[in-house]
Amino acid sequence: MIEAIDFQLIAAVQAGLPIAARPYAVIADKLALSEQEVIERLRLLKAQGLIKRWGVVVKHRQLGYQANAMIVMNIADDSVAAVGRKISAHSCVNLCYQRPRQGETWPYNLYCMIHGKSREMVMQQWDSLRQSCDLADVAFEVLFSRRCFKQRGALYRQARQSQREAMHG
Amino acid sequence: MLTTLHKQLLNNYQQDFPLSPTPYLDIAEQLGVSEAEVLTAFQALSEQQMISRIGPVIAPNSIGCSALVAMAVPDYDLEWVAEVISAYPEVNHNYERENRFNLWFVLVADHEQQLQAVIADIEAKTGYQAMLLPMLADYFINLGFELNLHD
Repeated sequence: MIEAIDFQLIAAVQAGLPIAARPYAVIADKLALSEQEVIERLRLLKAQGLIKRWGVVVKHRQLGYQANAMIVMNIADDSVAAVGRKISAHSCVNLCYQRPRQGETWPYNLYCMIHGKSREMVMQQWDSLRQSCDLADVAFEVLFSRRCFKQRGALYRQARQSQREAMHG
Repeated sequence: MLTTLHKQLLNNYQQDFPLSPTPYLDIAEQLGVSEAEVLTAFQALSEQQMISRIGPVIAPNSIGCSALVAMAVPDYDLEWVAEVISAYPEVNHNYERENRFNLWFVLVADHEQQLQAVIADIEAKTGYQAMLLPMLADYFINLGFELNLHD
């Protein structure tokens, strides 16, 4: 069960932990919690899986990973989960989601993301992925990114709301 | 240039940043440097935009709901349409991609109705149709990104 205070906590940390000797104490002060409570609650949210990971979020492009491809595939419904898990096991893959097909317009149901230092490297990784996951006959499209118009972590409105309530309440 | 310390901080703490009262000191001890060096290095990485934050990655759809959205926008309209879309607080990760569907963004809302309302608003404002692609299953387990920073 996620409590209201957890939403406030997520709101307080989603923009990033302060870079200071006692960062959790800084967060605790904002929420009128103790430092230990902040740490315990974050641990719990992580154990429950709501926080998928807790750590450094890197900016790929700034670090020389200029090529980023989203690859979409049309996989038979009865094997999409198995293929998804197989693809995810490859270290070059960052994300792997099933999404609904959109009829003839967009017949793809499996999405994965590959980051690389060049297009060539991404395509090499995709080729070896296709081989090792038996995807030779699968319809796919590779969508390299061009411009990035906006990139930031998701801001959760419920969390923002709770933060406002905490501030005004 | 990235020092060894920078590389270690970038690669080793994506999954499990210490949840302890003095995380930066813990990291310093693990790496055999001082806490001040770790703080300075993280500050530099943050100022140089190499990290977006130290913080949580929330599991998709665990709070509110989200969807990937794609639009096909002619090149001559792409810039202003992207600008309109980026202005929504519900939108993050708005990218141009090489495809007939050339604009891709992620919407996060409190609930399905709000998501639909934002989509309708975007379609009305831009005059282009949006293709809504909610996540049905997440197959990815090992998050974080292993950077090859040696070359």
